[in-house]
Amino acid sequence: MELLVAIIIGVLTCCAVFLILRARTFAVMLGLTMLSYAVNLFIFSSGGLKIGAGAVLKATEEYADPLPQALVLTAIVIGFAMTAFLVVLSIRARADLGNDHVDGKLPVAKNTRQGASS
Amino acid sequence: MIELLLIVLFPLIGSLVPVMTARWSRSSSALATALLPVASLALVLQLAPAVFAGETLFYKLSWVEVLGLSVSFRLDGLSLLFLFLILGIGLLIILYARYYLSEKDSMARFYGFLMLFMTAMLGIVLSNNLLQLWVFWELTSISSFLLISFWWHRADARLGARMALMITGFGGLALLAGILLIGNVLGSFELDLVLSQATVLQQHSLYPVILILVLLGAFTKSAQFPFHFWLPNAMSAPTPVSAYLHSATMVKAGIFLLARMYPLLAGSDLWFLMVTITGMTTLLVGAYLALFQHDLKGLLAYSTISHLGLITLLFGLGTDLAAVAAIFHIINHAIFKASLFMAAGIIDHESGSRDMRKLNGLWQFMPVTATLAMVASASMAGVPLLNGFLSKEMFFAETLHQEVLGALSWLIPVLATVAATLSVAYSARFIHDVFFNGQPKGLPRTPHEPPRYMRVPVEVLVALCILVGLAPAYVVGDLLAIASTAVLAGPLPVYSLSIWHGINLPLMMSVLALTLGILLYSNRKHLFRFQAELPELNPLQFFEVKINALLGFAKKWHHRFESATLQRYLVWIFVIVAMLLIWPLQQMGQFTQHNAMQKPDTLMFAATFVAAIAAIATVLCQRQRLLSLVMISIVGLVVTLIFVRFSAPDLALTQLAVEVVTIVLLMLALFFLPHKISRASNAGRLIRDGAIASICGVVIGSLSYALMLEPQQRISDFFLANSKSGGGGYNVVNVILVDFRGFDTLGEITVLGIAALGIFKLLTRLPLFRSSSDAEGRQWALDKHPMLLAVVSQALLPLALLVSVYIFFRGHNLPGGGFVAGLITAIAIILQYVAQGVDWVRERLTLDYHRLVAAGVLISTLTGIASWAFGRPFLTSWFDYFQLPLFGEIELASAIAFDLGVYLTVVGATLMILANLGKMTTEHRPVNREQS
Repeated sequence: MELLVAIIIGVLTCCAVFLILRARTFAVMLGLTMLSYAVNLFIFSSGGLKIGAGAVLKATEEYADPLPQALVLTAIVIGFAMTAFLVVLSIRARADLGNDHVDGKLPVAKNTRQGASS
Repeated sequence: MIELLLIVLFPLIGSLVPVMTARWSRSSSALATALLPVASLALVLQLAPAVFAGETLFYKLSWVEVLGLSVSFRLDGLSLLFLFLILGIGLLIILYARYYLSEKDSMARFYGFLMLFMTAMLGIVLSNNLLQLWVFWELTSISSFLLISFWWHRADARLGARMALMITGFGGLALLAGILLIGNVLGSFELDLVLSQATVLQQHSLYPVILILVLLGAFTKSAQFPFHFWLPNAMSAPTPVSAYLHSATMVKAGIFLLARMYPLLAGSDLWFLMVTITGMTTLLVGAYLALFQHDLKGLLAYSTISHLGLITLLFGLGTDLAAVAAIFHIINHAIFKASLFMAAGIIDHESGSRDMRKLNGLWQFMPVTATLAMVASASMAGVPLLNGFLSKEMFFAETLHQEVLGALSWLIPVLATVAATLSVAYSARFIHDVFFNGQPKGLPRTPHEPPRYMRVPVEVLVALCILVGLAPAYVVGDLLAIASTAVLAGPLPVYSLSIWHGINLPLMMSVLALTLGILLYSNRKHLFRFQAELPELNPLQFFEVKINALLGFAKKWHHRFESATLQRYLVWIFVIVAMLLIWPLQQMGQFTQHNAMQKPDTLMFAATFVAAIAAIATVLCQRQRLLSLVMISIVGLVVTLIFVRFSAPDLALTQLAVEVVTIVLLMLALFFLPHKISRASNAGRLIRDGAIASICGVVIGSLSYALMLEPQQRISDFFLANSKSGGGGYNVVNVILVDFRGFDTLGEITVLGIAALGIFKLLTRLPLFRSSSDAEGRQWALDKHPMLLAVVSQALLPLALLVSVYIFFRGHNLPGGGFVAGLITAIAIILQYVAQGVDWVRERLTLDYHRLVAAGVLISTLTGIASWAFGRPFLTSWFDYFQLPLFGEIELASAIAFDLGVYLTVVGATLMILANLGKMTTEHRPVNREQS
């Protein structure tokens, strides 16, 4: 189990980092969203993986670690707020600057092919 | 002894006085400025008898003891001597500057800086804590920078100030390093504890390093060779500044440091070698260069360097008598050099030039000033019956008494005589070239005597020269004795302060120096010709070239990192983070065998497969934006399912709800962002990014794996044990959120509210890019609000609201709570927006989302504050059980109120974000109310 979860976290991180390194704001948004999935899973899994345990007293024999769960719960909501802020910021940047490049300006193409480098 | 603190504080407050009295007449403003230093001086005089009786006074306010930080002052003989110099000469300078500054100069600024500088100097000499001393030390550098650049419109003033700041600032940093090492070795920064541990320090292996660092600080400050060049360039300051900073006080701070550290650092061979050689070189170089200056102040500057070298040399010799001579010369030099600077300032002020090639025969125009200046220069040259003579005699005597250079010891008295000869020669030039030697050539105006009170400070100081010269034992005997005791930290050597010691070798050296000096001056033409043939060295230009080269170098490297492209920054961040994580990963590897792995099952394999495929598909489809959005939502769902599988129902609920709002949000973003996307990155970039991403993925994945297998040391058992008894809830996750870590949650919902407000602000007056079709050129659907969706959503609304209320109330004991309930409510309302349109919702729902957020944060905060009413800390929760008819036992807990605040904030913030973004295409889009 642990290995599989670790693989998911690794793959998500890898894809997220790649997306964050793109030049267009939308890809960066996707990347950050995916990175927050990975980070949430990471924190959650650090408490250990328990099946059929739960963090409600007396409902089960064995309890899952409640602390990472509480941390991740708020992280999910805050993550949404931050993603939302970033989304609106990039909409605003697109409106004010006229493009959706992360630097606010399109790079000057080195060759004649327009917008080739990004 | 609170007085010690007040002595320093008065001038600090005094730096505001000239600013506040700027509208007064110049004389009243100057007078008001002088008041607080006078008060300090009165305090000093009040404390002086105790110090003369041999006491050392202390004042200490503890601050951070562990770090050795404290406000700690001491007043001993050495401090007292410097207090007199700083306050006495300072007051004379205030008087002098009143007449020196022109109407155009801002007197408030000048006096303000001057008072600040005085504070810093007083702080240095009174400090008992080394770190505190250092702070004041740096303050002198800064305030002297401000004073030198007082005429900031002149380039030479700016350059001179910058150079002084850089050299002394560099020395200051070295000094700080030295002080920290001293504190490290001796375990304290308090001088009274440190000074007595000389043997411990000098036997420590770090002693040479400490010594060099401290000496660097002292030498840069007191303009010792090879750091001397900043002082002549600082002469672009107004003359009162030169008289104060560059004769009596700031350059003496370095000397003071030598004297202060003398008991701790002196006595070793290394001390002797470094201090003696530096002092001797400075003495000779300064005296030699002084002879060739044509600028009056330049001559005085190099002469100051030379005399500072002399004092340093005396400290270096290491005998008790030499230290006494050094202290004596500190006093004498301060007196005659300050008066000479002021005389030079008068000449400059009344004749319009400082160039000795133009200034000639001033005797006939200003006989009184000329007499005063001549007496002071004679003292500088070491003419008998003046104070300069006495300390110079002591200096000669000491050079004869040492044998530290072995067979070469004779060199020191010979070189001392050479320096004295040069000193006589430049003093003679100051007298003869300026006041006699023909008529003035091309002066801007006819010279005349200065205003009466401008001359008073010079008169006072020259009178002191003569008084000390005639009756040294009566005038400064006691002060010298207590100051020397403080420096030596032991019994005083036997010395005599009389004028006549009989015909002895030192006297012969003096006579020789006087004769040779006069001869040298009268034959100066040959020397000047020789000097003119030497290649000219301009330290200022050299320094500027080096500094510019350094700046260019820094700029080049700066541009290499600061490229203004986000992608490049991110590459750096990711690469460095991955590198940093590799080391802990290696450490963790040792534990991996401790926890047994759980057997994977088919479901988990499937989940992994789906998540990986969806994540990779998101990347591959990023140019077909809608498709990649669908893919990432699959990833989100799998994550939700993982939460379900591994016993985290609260998380699953929250993730599911957030998933919905996030996707709605990204859909909206898609609408506003460009639909047509140009070609992706080039192949090289893709390979590089792919490599970085893979490394990050591997590192994070392995870290997570290692973390899961590591034996668990959980603090969660505390929460499990206390959740019911302390927080009154069975759902531990919820209890942590609203009770144990309630303060965190309060912070989080505040952030949520701020983010929503920020988004609202970003959306106001947003210019819109609206396209009428999607990327493939298809028109948007005409049926904006499909009937089927409208009907279903309307039916769903009450159900969803009911569910959210249920989730909210059961949250304390079963999965649920304010966060999830808030999200469900928000989604239900957003569904109405999507299905029915903004106008429809506006007619039926008149909620102000701003108020909702504010109310939420307010309720949560008030719940926390309420516990104060019961004398408990912020956010202490309360719960109890009641019997109600029909319902049976129910529980009431303050956590419910807190959770209500969370609920309202989440609803308000989510709707504020999504509804406002959604409204952008309608007439209801947010605008600034004031402007619309």
